[in-house]
Amino acid sequence: MTATTANQPAPQPGNGPGSRPGPRPRRAEPSRDGHRFFGRQWQGRVVVVTAVCLLLAIAAALFGIVAGSSSLTVPDVVRTLVGGGTRAERLIVLDLRLPRVTAGLLVGAALGLAGALTQTFARNPLATPDIIGVTSGASLGAVSAIVLAGGGYSVAAGLLSLGLPLVATLGALVTAAAVYGLSWRGGVDSYRLILIGIGATATLTGITSYLIAKAQITDAAAAAQWLVGSLSGISWASVWPVLIVLVVVTPIALLQSTNLEVSQLGDDVSTGLGVALQRHRLIVILCAVLLTAAAVSASGPIEFVAFVAPQIARRVARSGRPPLLASALVGAIIVVGGDALARGVLPGEIPVGIITAVVGAPYLIRLLTRRNTKESTL
Amino acid sequence: MPISPTALAPTALTGDPRRRSTHARRPLVLLALGIGVLATALVSLMLGSNLISATAVLAGLFDPAQDVASVVWGSRVPRTVLGLLVGVCLGVAGAMMQGQTRNPLADPGLFGVSAGASFAVVIGVYVLGTSSVLTTLWLALAGATVASVVVFSVAALGRGLSSPVPLAIAGAAVSSLLVALTSFLVLSDETTLAAYRIWVVGSLSGRSLAGVDAALLFAGVGMVFAAANIRSLNNLALGTELAHGLGENLLRARLVGLAGITLLTASAVAISGPIGFVGLTAPHIARRLVGGDHHWLLPASGLVGAVVLLVCDVIGRLIGGNAEVSVGVVLTVVGGIVFIAIVRRGKMATL
Repeated sequence: MTATTANQPAPQPGNGPGSRPGPRPRRAEPSRDGHRFFGRQWQGRVVVVTAVCLLLAIAAALFGIVAGSSSLTVPDVVRTLVGGGTRAERLIVLDLRLPRVTAGLLVGAALGLAGALTQTFARNPLATPDIIGVTSGASLGAVSAIVLAGGGYSVAAGLLSLGLPLVATLGALVTAAAVYGLSWRGGVDSYRLILIGIGATATLTGITSYLIAKAQITDAAAAAQWLVGSLSGISWASVWPVLIVLVVVTPIALLQSTNLEVSQLGDDVSTGLGVALQRHRLIVILCAVLLTAAAVSASGPIEFVAFVAPQIARRVARSGRPPLLASALVGAIIVVGGDALARGVLPGEIPVGIITAVVGAPYLIRLLTRRNTKESTL
Repeated sequence: MPISPTALAPTALTGDPRRRSTHARRPLVLLALGIGVLATALVSLMLGSNLISATAVLAGLFDPAQDVASVVWGSRVPRTVLGLLVGVCLGVAGAMMQGQTRNPLADPGLFGVSAGASFAVVIGVYVLGTSSVLTTLWLALAGATVASVVVFSVAALGRGLSSPVPLAIAGAAVSSLLVALTSFLVLSDETTLAAYRIWVVGSLSGRSLAGVDAALLFAGVGMVFAAANIRSLNNLALGTELAHGLGENLLRARLVGLAGITLLTASAVAISGPIGFVGLTAPHIARRLVGGDHHWLLPASGLVGAVVLLVCDVIGRLIGGNAEVSVGVVLTVVGGIVFIAIVRRGKMATL
């Protein structure tokens, strides 16, 4: 009950100094009810959008392999990928660029999918893993692995490849459980979830800074580097966990698609339509947390991808909720494209996490300022 | 059941009429708080890596010939004085910010302000290569001002300041942006990282009294602005329309308030580094004690802030063993719990 009603905040004209009088009428956008009644009509568009996104992701990956200090052409890359190419080309493409681009694709897809799941689940575009604290939980876990690994660099390196994903997942799971449990008051209200997530994020970030302040300067530098979210120095070893999680979780998430669609109608209606609501929620949250933890442990927290990708996919597909596969693909495009942009076009090597934050934060701010009372219906 | 995000119960901020009895005992409460501050200060002088008895502390304070005098004057007095100053500044600034926004989650340390100050300070270390208190003060002031203006304008352009979610999200968005830019600078230069990572946790240890006079001046001016803003804060508590109807010049009230909040926050941040949650917690405790009248709320909140900060600092000294836990980290945990408790309270459930 709470979740349904809370998503329709009443407009409160003139409460703050800058608030505008009343909600603005939306433009010729189809209403949400329209989607629901003519749901099938839009399915075609979603399929087309997903296919286009797949092509774009492949293009971005090729661009990602081509971009960089040593010049390669697209035909060179394709030839090397299918087994040809010189020794040098094979080294650059297969050992240096391919793991990085693959990791970017997988991390972006995992973040996009996780964002789509939480946004749909909470029926609120602001409810992304970044904001509800899952990312900072994973970060705290990973940073404690980096910092507390003993200080010896070789020991840490061994532990990192094995332990970091596990500790990050643990941190994400514990945080998600705590935030979700604390927001529970006879139901989870999406705004309470978001606020408690923000509080949890502040606390976890504080503890993370403390760990960094207490660490050896080399560990601190490693942790700071990692916390920005970067694909540099990534190897095949860190690609596998993300791949495994993505392969396992994506089908499960897709199986929940119908339930997600139905649960948009509200808790009472979806229970009436035969959705086992609690089990559905638990599965969705677990999927989102595992995806986030896998992505964060591979590349560090790449901010705002989980927030922006589903929103872009939803707008392009003109659907009522973020389409899952398209969101994952848009996430992959953003991460790989941003990383390639940083390597190929911009001077120096800016970590991709900074690029996504610089692009994503203004988008979030714009969303806040533009939509007076309509956040929840985004 | 219609639920309004802005129904944040002005009663929570202006005081519950049922608690009228608080009015009579407000001077007593202030007095008790003053004694509480002194007692906490004494405890803060006594406790540390080694315990000094109260009599020895007092002897050391007034007689420089005593053995303990060097410890007391050398490390514990500066630390306690700084703690008092930072706590009072953040407590008053928090009460002002919550009064200005009518938002129970407003806190000068959260929501982008400290991220702005941090970013400016890192630029100072990176470009000018300096981290003296005076430079830090000016830079923190500039950064805090810009960030708070951005955060509050974003929230005001959206659903209004009194609704917690837009303010919190705007703060989160601006913080992420600033943190990303800060990390970019920090990563490209290890000396900046070395200075930044120590500064950013917010601590009272290792901060000397040198340059504090400048911060004290800033804080003093901020207090004057705060005092000048009290009547406007009481009017604003009734809502902007009513305040306007009462003859309140809204623009002036906002500007005076912003000046006070920024000056107080910046002087605290320059001394100790960013410390969150004091400005959130202190006004909530103070409001329970003295009610919502800002004549009483601002001083009470300042005193509560001082007590909270010193207590958390002492806790940090005790739980860490040899490597003490800085006050910013203690507060981040304590304050996080308070934050979540406020969000979970009945009234916030109507968000």
